[in-house]
Amino acid sequence: MSSHELKTGPLEYRRQEDQMTILGFWIFLGAEIVLFATLFATYAVLFGRTADSTPPMELFEPGIVLIMTFLLLTSSFTCGLAIHEMRRGNAKALRNWMIITLILGATFLGFEIYEFIHYAHEGATMQSSAYWSAFFTLAGTHGLHVTLGIGWVILLLIQLAKRGLTPKTSRKFFVIGLYWHFLDVVWIFIFTSVYLIGMVV
Amino acid sequence: MQLDEFFVTGEPLIYGGMVSIALVTIAILFILTYFKKWGWLWREWLTTVDHKKIGVMYILSALAMLFRGGVDAMMMRVQLAFPNMNFLNAQHYDEIFTTHGTVMIIFMAMPFLIGLMNIIVPLQIGARDFAFPYLNALSFWSFLFGAMLFNISFVIGGSPDAGWTSYTPLAGAAMSPGPGQNFYLMGLQLSGIGTLATGINLMVTILKMRAPKMKMFQMPIFTWSTLITSFIIVFAFPILTVALALMTLDRIFGAQFFTLTGEGMPMMWANLFWMWGHPEVYIVILPAFGIFSEVICTFARKQLFGYKAMVWAIILIAGLSFLVWVHHFFTMGAGAFVNSVFSISTMLIAVPTGVKIFNWLGTLYKSKIKNTVAMMWALAFIPSFVIGGVTGVMLGMASADYQFHNTYFLVAHFHYVLIAGTVFACFSGLVFWYPKMFGHKLNERIGKWSFWFFVIGFHVCFFPQYFVGLDGMPRRVFTIIPEWMPLNIISTIGAFGMGAGFAIFVFCILYSYRYSEREKSGDSWGDGRTLEWATPTPVPFYNFATLPEIDSQDAYVKLKEEGRTTFEEDKLEPIHMPNNTGQPIIMMGFLFFASFGLVFEWMWMAIAFLIAGLIMMVVRSFDYDEGYHVEVDEIKRIERSARGL
Repeated sequence: MSSHELKTGPLEYRRQEDQMTILGFWIFLGAEIVLFATLFATYAVLFGRTADSTPPMELFEPGIVLIMTFLLLTSSFTCGLAIHEMRRGNAKALRNWMIITLILGATFLGFEIYEFIHYAHEGATMQSSAYWSAFFTLAGTHGLHVTLGIGWVILLLIQLAKRGLTPKTSRKFFVIGLYWHFLDVVWIFIFTSVYLIGMVV
Repeated sequence: MQLDEFFVTGEPLIYGGMVSIALVTIAILFILTYFKKWGWLWREWLTTVDHKKIGVMYILSALAMLFRGGVDAMMMRVQLAFPNMNFLNAQHYDEIFTTHGTVMIIFMAMPFLIGLMNIIVPLQIGARDFAFPYLNALSFWSFLFGAMLFNISFVIGGSPDAGWTSYTPLAGAAMSPGPGQNFYLMGLQLSGIGTLATGINLMVTILKMRAPKMKMFQMPIFTWSTLITSFIIVFAFPILTVALALMTLDRIFGAQFFTLTGEGMPMMWANLFWMWGHPEVYIVILPAFGIFSEVICTFARKQLFGYKAMVWAIILIAGLSFLVWVHHFFTMGAGAFVNSVFSISTMLIAVPTGVKIFNWLGTLYKSKIKNTVAMMWALAFIPSFVIGGVTGVMLGMASADYQFHNTYFLVAHFHYVLIAGTVFACFSGLVFWYPKMFGHKLNERIGKWSFWFFVIGFHVCFFPQYFVGLDGMPRRVFTIIPEWMPLNIISTIGAFGMGAGFAIFVFCILYSYRYSEREKSGDSWGDGRTLEWATPTPVPFYNFATLPEIDSQDAYVKLKEEGRTTFEEDKLEPIHMPNNTGQPIIMMGFLFFASFGLVFEWMWMAIAFLIAGLIMMVVRSFDYDEGYHVEVDEIKRIERSARGL
């Protein structure tokens, strides 16, 4: 454990312990990819096994899913802007862009909850059939990640207000940035391989 | 729920278990209170983030689990010795083979090896702790609470009884109602968190915290095997996480993944389970290979023969380990093409494994072998493991597997690889590194007794099982027919030989604690080759006062030649160390109760403790503890007394 601190370069990479945390988080994202890959594979295997419940083609609608997609993609962009401002040392802009990211994420989540309730009213629940179990688990796991991400960002915003930009707070924001972009990538796969295919097949 | 549904009732053996648990708990509480050791326990152990202490706790827990799994095994062997035995009934037998398998793989083999990695890997690469010491403590407590949750099932709620593989639909809610199977799901889920975290932690530690200028291809082979094992952990464990979660959703929340209604697919469980499960067996065997390599080099007093070939063989095995899972269910009927592909990939694994066998033989060739107990375990491993490996190739041939599948031939095979591989390595590694951990050696004479009892007992126990398997005895039956009796009696005698070997080993630990000479030098065996032997014994909490620059494999051999140490007074600088913390044990304690709530489907309890666990994570997020510095004067004082200067 070395406490030497570099004098230049991005704040989050100046101390060895922060470099290690970032590498550790990349590896964790590798594990997350395997986790979601397993859920996608499960979904693919159980695709079409709707038993006597409603098939997805009758429920999936392009409108709401497209709005959700744009919300999340935009939030990924604003999250990138937040990290950009952090690199420029602008704590206030970092905070503002992060709050916008948060609002977009929360709106996405609201739509997803609405969507799930809507499907449940139409008779498609986790318990209806193997297909719907797989659907709700895959989309739900993503939604749960977004929820945790929102809670996490709120904690970091409080820490930013208390401590300002330090190597440690910068590293924390950088890491949640990675996490947020990762969730966006996962959503793109859900959008295409779950919703788009589900609408036509 | 009535109290008599909560506690398991009606089994004399289990009542005995309850009484002994109660007595041991009371005894521990009494001793801790009487000798006023609570503060010591909390400060020195429960809140520690020191990788060496965490490693010791891992190994102690693993030994306890080895005892539990071993008692299960001997009970099964008693039941199977004669036809129509009434020692265990069918239900109890099913529960015992389930807990035996789960405990041995998840709560014995892995923690034992992770314990050794904890202690040795940072020392081997010249690091002062793990990359994330806090996370390391969290991993340990997640393992221990997961293990405890699984283990209490036999007195509270009832044990799982669907086998350690928990195939659906048998393990589903319809056919295995009640908390038993939930204990399996939540116990494994809880301890899986820690395993994944340890994998990440070790990877970052090895990639980022090596001594100055130590290249990847100069790392000791045990560290290499740990690094590659960590890769397997990181890429295999999430599959188990998902599989367990899906079955939990099925059982508790009525989902339809593996059910026979709602178009669920029971065989998908087998696929998911073995996509994790096969890499898992390499998670427990690759570090074992690493341990044997270190022991063989040290006591053959030679550099490892074919170091690079060895590393590439480990990497290749790790890659192939993800491509063979179907061989666990060739008889499922996936068709000739799929079976052929997996048959070939399975047999391919024998190639790099063979390379490693020749590496060890090449190292031994024309060397002056020191016949220590650690070395004897390693020497016994090579031929025993080859028997296990060759029968593995036999099982890998899909068409022949239709004959071997689910028989004692298979049981004999995997015990030959897991015991001769992993368990021998655990004993070998523990004996080898024992002086580094505890400051004294284990008694060699008693150690040899335990070795001979265990190894002979092992062959007597499992060799006949190949033949009784070929005679058609299926696994997981609770009673035998008269034709299988002679071989089964031999097998049972062997099992008791292994039990005696283990008992002697435990006696050896106690005996050595009292009578062994205390170590004065750091290089206990006199032939140490890697950096862990460069530290003084007992190892100072910061491990290395100064870090030598490394420019060769077998770093310590070179240091000894050059007369250098890890205490170069003119290069001393203050050392940054992390503070102890009680957060990990509290966080995992909450998650333990949350899991317990889920096991009994008491949602209020699960949710309340899950929130408590989340609050602990918030506490951690706001924790800006940056540790402390050990000043140069103190380092000097500690090193001088440790090195007798």
